[in-house]
Amino acid sequence: MGKNNKLGLILDGIVKNNPTFVLVLGMCPTLGTTTSAINGLGMGVATMCVLILSNIAISAVARFIPDKVRIPSYIVIIATFVTLVQLLLQAYVPSLYETLGLFIPLIVVNCIVLGRAEAFANKNSVIDSACDGLGTGLGFTIALTVLGLLREILGSGSAFGWHFTGGDGMLAFVLAPGAFLVLGYLMVIFRKLTDKA
Amino acid sequence: MAKPSTFGNMVLSLSLICLVCAALLGFVYSVTAGPIAETELKKVNNAIAAVVPEFDNTPSEEVLQVDDSFVYPASKEGVITGYAVRVKSSGFGGPIQMMVGFTPDGTVYNTSVISHSETPGLGAKITDESIKPRVQIKGKNPGVNNITVSKDGGEIDAITASTITSRAFLKGVSAAYEVFKKAVSLVPVEQPAEETTNTEDNGQE
Repeated sequence: MGKNNKLGLILDGIVKNNPTFVLVLGMCPTLGTTTSAINGLGMGVATMCVLILSNIAISAVARFIPDKVRIPSYIVIIATFVTLVQLLLQAYVPSLYETLGLFIPLIVVNCIVLGRAEAFANKNSVIDSACDGLGTGLGFTIALTVLGLLREILGSGSAFGWHFTGGDGMLAFVLAPGAFLVLGYLMVIFRKLTDKA
Repeated sequence: MAKPSTFGNMVLSLSLICLVCAALLGFVYSVTAGPIAETELKKVNNAIAAVVPEFDNTPSEEVLQVDDSFVYPASKEGVITGYAVRVKSSGFGGPIQMMVGFTPDGTVYNTSVISHSETPGLGAKITDESIKPRVQIKGKNPGVNNITVSKDGGEIDAITASTITSRAFLKGVSAAYEVFKKAVSLVPVEQPAEETTNTEDNGQE
């Protein structure tokens, strides 16, 4: 982790430990929700909120939790935040809630969230954990938005809901096979770019 | 980290965490319950307004329940102008919630898809009002016309590459028509008030 550099922690989550392109965690929502740029962005932001909140809460209480029940405790804390985000989305952003639907409750079992709790938040300070949550969340959000944007452009001929072509695009990219193809190529490009550094 | 685990402290810490979490959730739920119900109602009202001719009553307050479906009668100056029927049909990717509007003679006035989980880019086009089945269903009477897709010998063209969704949509309209017929037989339309006690078999033109 090097020196306790907050900016470094955030950048780590975006580049060196990018949850999607490098750690390849949380593939289910990644592949499932990125049918359009907006959906990818929404899912990314929802996960980021949960990640930051759960990282903060877990780093604050980790000292008091007996070792044997730490995983159940983390799950309860994470599930609470996910339900909070779900209720708030349902109340104030119903259109996004409808498209993300099933995937919001699934944030509970997203390996990224539990992974950061277990690997980082329970042995670091509250502020460092918040930065880690922000960085990892941003990394996830960026990855999902780019993936969603590319799939939307190729598959529906639009970007962020704005149609720039008359036609329909290549449907396969909106469906599951396109998700794997685009993700695969993005991973290759991402690794190529980060290897140089 | 190295906190020893004993039965007592495990039970205590888990109970405390659950208690705090439950309290937090209860609080947020009570705050958001209002807005959530409001959005839901607005969605239903918008769907009703979209599928029936002009009205000046509040159909969502005069809702009738027929079997598992809801019927919203719309009226203008006391005269029924149409019925919005909310039904559920099973599509390709899950249930399709839709609102179907009928004029009092059983003709489909308009349709509205409230929620669905069809394939984006294919079946999801059912939300588009200018898509063939949505346009062609208007003005058809399920009691007279054969409202199935042309592949099944009906009068409606399916969405290209989304026959299953189109079938589900039309099945929903047929189901709504059955509900509509039942609803009309329960509530006498333009009948004198004293006949309301014996409504079992009138009201159907």
